[in-house]
Amino acid sequence: MKRLFDIYYSYMKIVIAMQLQYRASLLIWAFSSLVWVLIPLVVWVTVAKSQGGQVGSYSSGDFAAYFIALLIVEQTTFTWVIWEMGERIRSGQLSPKLLRPIHPIHEDVAWNISYKAITFALILPSALLIGWAFHAEFHPHVWHIVVFFPSLISAFLMRFVMEWTIGLVGFWVTRTSAINQIYSTLFLFLSGQMTPLSLLPRPLEMLANILPFKWAVAFPTELVLGRLTPTQVLLGFAIQASWLLVSLIAFRFIWRLGISRYSAVGA
Amino acid sequence: MDSIVTVRALRKVYHVPEREAGVVSAVASLFNRKTREVVAVDSIYFDLPPGEVVGFLGPNGAGKTTTLKMLSGLLYPTSGEALVLGHYPWRRERKFLQQITLVMGQRTQLWWDIPVIDSFEMYRAIYEIPHKQYRHTLDELTELLELAPLLRKPVRNLSLGERMKCEFAAALLHRPRVLFLDEPTIGLDVTMQARIRAFIKEYNQRYGSTVLLTSHYMADVEALCKRVIVIHHGTILYDGDLLGLVHRFSPEKTIVVELREGSFDLSHFGRVIEQDGARVVLRVSKDDTPRITSQLLANLPVLDLTVEDPPIEEVIGQVFAQQEVA
Repeated sequence: MKRLFDIYYSYMKIVIAMQLQYRASLLIWAFSSLVWVLIPLVVWVTVAKSQGGQVGSYSSGDFAAYFIALLIVEQTTFTWVIWEMGERIRSGQLSPKLLRPIHPIHEDVAWNISYKAITFALILPSALLIGWAFHAEFHPHVWHIVVFFPSLISAFLMRFVMEWTIGLVGFWVTRTSAINQIYSTLFLFLSGQMTPLSLLPRPLEMLANILPFKWAVAFPTELVLGRLTPTQVLLGFAIQASWLLVSLIAFRFIWRLGISRYSAVGA
Repeated sequence: MDSIVTVRALRKVYHVPEREAGVVSAVASLFNRKTREVVAVDSIYFDLPPGEVVGFLGPNGAGKTTTLKMLSGLLYPTSGEALVLGHYPWRRERKFLQQITLVMGQRTQLWWDIPVIDSFEMYRAIYEIPHKQYRHTLDELTELLELAPLLRKPVRNLSLGERMKCEFAAALLHRPRVLFLDEPTIGLDVTMQARIRAFIKEYNQRYGSTVLLTSHYMADVEALCKRVIVIHHGTILYDGDLLGLVHRFSPEKTIVVELREGSFDLSHFGRVIEQDGARVVLRVSKDDTPRITSQLLANLPVLDLTVEDPPIEEVIGQVFAQQEVA
């Protein structure tokens, strides 16, 4: 444990230093995260206003709050590992990572956390600003906010392991970008990023319940807005935990299978 | 003493997708994927005792790198067995990885964007090197490889030679007991090659580590390895003394004669491969060497005469050429 802590600490120190060298790129990425949330926000607020201020159970202030919470959740939980794993396997860049006496996933987790530690410095003030500009209305209880943080951590873990495991498809398929594309599209619609899931047609909403995406994004988002009952929250945690477990099992299994196929091209 | 590396019937077969050029066959391959089996390493056997530096020779595609990758745990073998320090490499157990290193001349293991010293610091954490030992090893490596001016530079700003030195230092910070070096001097200028060579020798002597090294530069092999393993088409052609290789595979000797005066035609003694005024280099068959030497001494105004083995490079070339014909 102390060893892992030491490794994470060293990774993060370095990654932060490295990221800060590329301030412009950092700004652009953070900005693009903002745009991804601003677009549906503006659309839904406009729709709500044109319909007399309400769509389903959401007022325009609710929409603003929803997308601000979503921004925080998405920013915390998103990864780029599917794309990166595919690239690494294809080009042989995985090899040096395999020679190190630590599983490569740790480097990615540390990298991800470090990146976010920096970008949050830009995202948080922007979120406040957007909230003020669009008159966001939050009505959570204290307990919602307290359990929001563990739900966020478990969403991060679940999403990370899941996406890392999907990235392992690269052992079998040379170009993973198509898979990444399908995954991202499904994710976009069924995680609640485009619209609150309760506004989707019933069958789609059901589908979202079955798939893991909602539990990584919409669940913590609705939780912090105070829209969930204690029972729903408990259920959400249980489903998150199940998906995490499934992902971990799949990860171990697919990693073992994949690594035995790895041909370490080039390197 | 027990072997550090044991290789038994080790074999690796790659399945390579294959299709003809052109759109039609590209479409056809969607439905009927053809793969070809390529036997990269075909049942090889060898042992490395502790502390030995062994040269692993062969032309491109002979199976050298594949073997090194299997021994360092990057590749699963198709069949056969290999034990390195008592571990099956491909299980990549932490204890195993902490005791070996693989240096690839054409690949970087350092983080591209950060100063070298930060990469080293990462390795310290990853390999759990105690701080005191880390500082000691780092000082030592910095001195041996003259790294001091490089440590604060980002890796991307280093020249190839500078980067290779740092690459070596990073690969050795944890003081591995087994070193797999794949073309460690490729692309470097002669001075830098000599520097790296001297460093490998020094490291081996200081720590008694076992080294398996591939190189296209015979100078590397001659300077470092008493023993060589020659591999070609995935099978081992020779495993033994470097000198023995020459005796076994080269049917010829080189006679260098220096005459007191003028130009004689020596072509009836043997094959003249070089003539520079009074200095003549002859190539003669090994069996005839004593006879021809005495004839030269008896019939010509010889100032100096030496009998040499042909350059190893040439011998190796012959070995592979013979194999192609066979």
